[in-house]
Amino acid sequence: MVMIRELQEGLFAGGSAEEMINSLFEKIRRSRLNAYNHIAEDQALERAREFDRSPWEGSLAGVPIAIKDSISTRGIETNCSSRILSGYVPPYDAHVIERLKEEGAIIIGKTNMDEFAMGTSTETSYFGPTKNPWDLDRVPGGSSGGSAAAVAAGEAPAALGSDTGGSIRGPASFCGIVGIKPTYGLVSRYGLVSYANSLEQIGPLAMDVEDAALVMEAISGHDPRDSTSVKSEGGYLSGLNGGVEGLTFGVPKEYFGEGVGEGVDPEVERSVWDAISKLEELGASWKMVSLPHTKYALAAYYIIAMSEASSNLARFDGLRYGLRLGADQDWHSTFSEIRAAGFGPEVKRRILLGTYALSAGYYGRYYLKALKVRTLIKQDFERALSSGGADLLVTPTMPFPAFKIGERIEDPLSLYMADVFTVPINLAGVPAISLPCGFADGLPIGLQIIGRHFDEVSLLRAAKAYEDATPYHEAVPKEVI
Amino acid sequence: MAGGDVIIGLEVHVQLNRLRSKLFCGCSTDYHASDPNTHTCPVCLGLPGTLPVMNRRAVEYAIRVALALNCEIQGETLFYRKNYYYPDLPKAFQITQYDFPLGMGGSILIKGEDGEEKKIRITRVHMEEDPGRLVHAGTIDRAKYSMVDYNRCGMALLEVVTEPDLRSPKEARSFLDKLRNILEYLDVFDGGLEGAMRIDSNISLVGGERAEVKNISSHKGVEKALAYEITRQRSARRRGVAQVQETRHYDELRAITVSIRTKEEAHDYRYFPEPDLVPMRIADWVPEVEAELPELPDAKRERFVAEYGIADDHARSLTSEIRVANFYEVVAKRAPSRLAAAWIADVLKGELNYRDITIDKFSPDHMVEILSMLEGGKITEKGAVEVIRTILDHSGDLSEVTPTRVVEAKGLARAGNDAVKAAVRAAVEESAQAVADYRAGNEKAINFIVGVVMKKTRGRADPGEANRLVKETLDEI
Amino acid sequence: MITGEDVDHISWLASIKVSEEERAAFVASFNSVLDYFHQLDELETDDVEPTYRVVDLTNVFREDVAKESLSQEESLRNASRMENGYFKSPRIV
Ligand SMILES: [Mg+2]
Ligand SMILES: [Zn+2]
Repeated sequence: MVMIRELQEGLFAGGSAEEMINSLFEKIRRSRLNAYNHIAEDQALERAREFDRSPWEGSLAGVPIAIKDSISTRGIETNCSSRILSGYVPPYDAHVIERLKEEGAIIIGKTNMDEFAMGTSTETSYFGPTKNPWDLDRVPGGSSGGSAAAVAAGEAPAALGSDTGGSIRGPASFCGIVGIKPTYGLVSRYGLVSYANSLEQIGPLAMDVEDAALVMEAISGHDPRDSTSVKSEGGYLSGLNGGVEGLTFGVPKEYFGEGVGEGVDPEVERSVWDAISKLEELGASWKMVSLPHTKYALAAYYIIAMSEASSNLARFDGLRYGLRLGADQDWHSTFSEIRAAGFGPEVKRRILLGTYALSAGYYGRYYLKALKVRTLIKQDFERALSSGGADLLVTPTMPFPAFKIGERIEDPLSLYMADVFTVPINLAGVPAISLPCGFADGLPIGLQIIGRHFDEVSLLRAAKAYEDATPYHEAVPKEVI
Repeated sequence: MAGGDVIIGLEVHVQLNRLRSKLFCGCSTDYHASDPNTHTCPVCLGLPGTLPVMNRRAVEYAIRVALALNCEIQGETLFYRKNYYYPDLPKAFQITQYDFPLGMGGSILIKGEDGEEKKIRITRVHMEEDPGRLVHAGTIDRAKYSMVDYNRCGMALLEVVTEPDLRSPKEARSFLDKLRNILEYLDVFDGGLEGAMRIDSNISLVGGERAEVKNISSHKGVEKALAYEITRQRSARRRGVAQVQETRHYDELRAITVSIRTKEEAHDYRYFPEPDLVPMRIADWVPEVEAELPELPDAKRERFVAEYGIADDHARSLTSEIRVANFYEVVAKRAPSRLAAAWIADVLKGELNYRDITIDKFSPDHMVEILSMLEGGKITEKGAVEVIRTILDHSGDLSEVTPTRVVEAKGLARAGNDAVKAAVRAAVEESAQAVADYRAGNEKAINFIVGVVMKKTRGRADPGEANRLVKETLDEI
Repeated sequence: MITGEDVDHISWLASIKVSEEERAAFVASFNSVLDYFHQLDELETDDVEPTYRVVDLTNVFREDVAKESLSQEESLRNASRMENGYFKSPRIV
């Protein structure tokens, strides 16, 4: 597997970036995963050759990074795995892309995803599903499934994803890697194609905690182009080796055994309890805490996400970019047909339901109600993570390991249920990480650690301590070696 | 057109076109002479992934306007998305204010239909972004396709909404003139730029449903559009056809209104708070802006009356445009203030309006010079008017056409006493019949003789002076 | 309960044409999802303030400075129909 640090050592020792990237492209072309929508061959190789001629400095100097296809890249097609955006090439870079480039990284391509990030399995992509490198019959999780599969299979040392309700953590969990959903406001959303603005954040996917922290350090920080962007302290790498001694972990009782915890796979539950014991062994303490409104999170989340999405995705009409069909009729019919042909069924479902939830007479019952429930959920987390409570919370990331392709896609509700442990975090805006904590029948299991607002330092420190004490991140999917 | 049965309310969209950049992006506002889609960026084109960031000065300007319109300012305001599809709206929603507009409950004074001062209530003043501009290949209802220019898209707009307090197209025009005047006093607006002020109007006859007339593209077009719509509604009523609640589009070329939507198809805008902007708390900011508000038209008018001793009518006319008021003050400091008021308000403004040009085309120095020649008896009033016209009609280098040179070149200098006296003598000699009539007691016959004097001096004699001299001569004989 | 007519109305609002088969499928799935949403009705929220955004920021502004725009060519590059520097839109009526 490629790790950022090893790769950089190779480059510093005189290795060629061009060769390294060419061999990655070779691997991607041979791959059966369908992790990438496009590879940026010309751009990447040109930059690699430049690097080889006169290497530059930077925390990610020469490092190839894969980007979820919902993040705008200047000169590289960005279509969110949707037919309606096919062929769209942004004239600008997202803030995070600028940051990666400033740190010396090389953008190698755009990864597959659920169409417009609406899904939990990467099956709603117009370009077909991405496969899980641990078992090609299974989904990689979603919506950042392409990014997670690419990293897990060594088709990129690190990748960016976006997480609206678990879209980084879920695939990280299913693919056995590390993924971070930062505190809302920590990473600029400028350039991220909006799905649900008030919930989503861009974050890294990587092979281990240190690599993820390295990318976090690069992409976080204030951006004047995003009004919700916050000034941050950074310090993720320097704080990494502090250990867990003195930290108190909260274990939300609602996530285990009762209520929403009922559907949890026993192997998953056992692995998470093992992880808690391990943390205790390492000097932490733990206690049960309560997040009483957990069972309402999923409904509140989907109402908010669909409502915002219905407005965000209204701009796709084929006029300025994207799909345009044959002869035009009047504008309403023309737009309606483009949108009918350009969006897949799940995207239509969410736009239509969101439109309904915001429409005259229903705003109070759905959107406003969901925002009020959001307040209750946020307060749950504030209470559990208050100074007298826990420093961090530990839960499973997903209730079960990766499921089979096609297994849930026909039943939207059963698919939505997979997000039950990840969406409350987005509603509360707190940061969370998913990292490997075991296997069930050869499929990775993810541990979710949740922190206080803007306390990524503690989050990463705890994750690193756990990772150092366990072997799970070293396992490699047999299928793709 | 008055008739008292007409009810009009206005929604006026005003571009804050004195800003340098658009409301949410850095694109320049200086697009009027540019090719289409050259003042556009990822943000105002609504490209996927872009986000709005509020222009600080736009908010300051909006506060200025809301204060000047006597509104109550909301201490905390929010922005919403108004969702609807139209090709000129690249995000398919307009960022606007909804539940918490910046200003509410204001009013301004206009000169009403009866000539009396009338208060027009202002419901709300809110900020929003301008959509792009559609160019139809032909007219809106017949075009095969339309073309879209997003240069205008994202310009900062203020929407000023009135209560239905207006009773005639003339009052509507009067309101818009006053509004424009205030906005220009505040230095936030240049009404001379195309598309600077666009008006939607709700209009009904007492007892009838209202029509919303959209797309009135200037404050000048409003009288025509409303007059058409009133006539249309009246004749429909006469024919027994009830007005339904509907939206109509004003077609400027044909000067008619066309129905584009009835109530059943009314939009459902699905307003919700814009998640990409944060709330504005401006309560602490308002006093600061208030302290720096310039003198407004009504206050200036009162001051002009008090300070310069001029008539209220003159003061109203002079203050009805900031540039005219400033011009007057410069002149009045160096010339007799009442004479200046009369000449600027009654003569110069008329000549400017006739030519549809602004007062920038005339120099206050020239005005001072003309007034001083008038005062010193060097030119007559008629000569002074001629000087003003000559300067206004001169194309090319204005430094060449000083009033003194115009007077010289056109021989407008007032005739000297001897010349006038000679002309009077000659006129009396030539006008035997008129002299006889005068002596028979017909005082008015003297006017004929004065006319002859004026003709002989080619207008350079002062008519009053000529009258006096003719009388003197006749009485002597 | 959502009906076929509701779906028609929503699809008109959302500007997405819905075929006959889609219409029937949407009616079923919308109702099951909305049923699920209705569990929120159990919660008493009259005294709860809504959370529009989790960052507690106000008054975020940019200064009124004009920056360079895209060129006309860049602005139009992704459009499939254009004319004389304009985006070409379907007819309005
Ligand atoms: Mg408006
Ligand atoms: Zn712009």
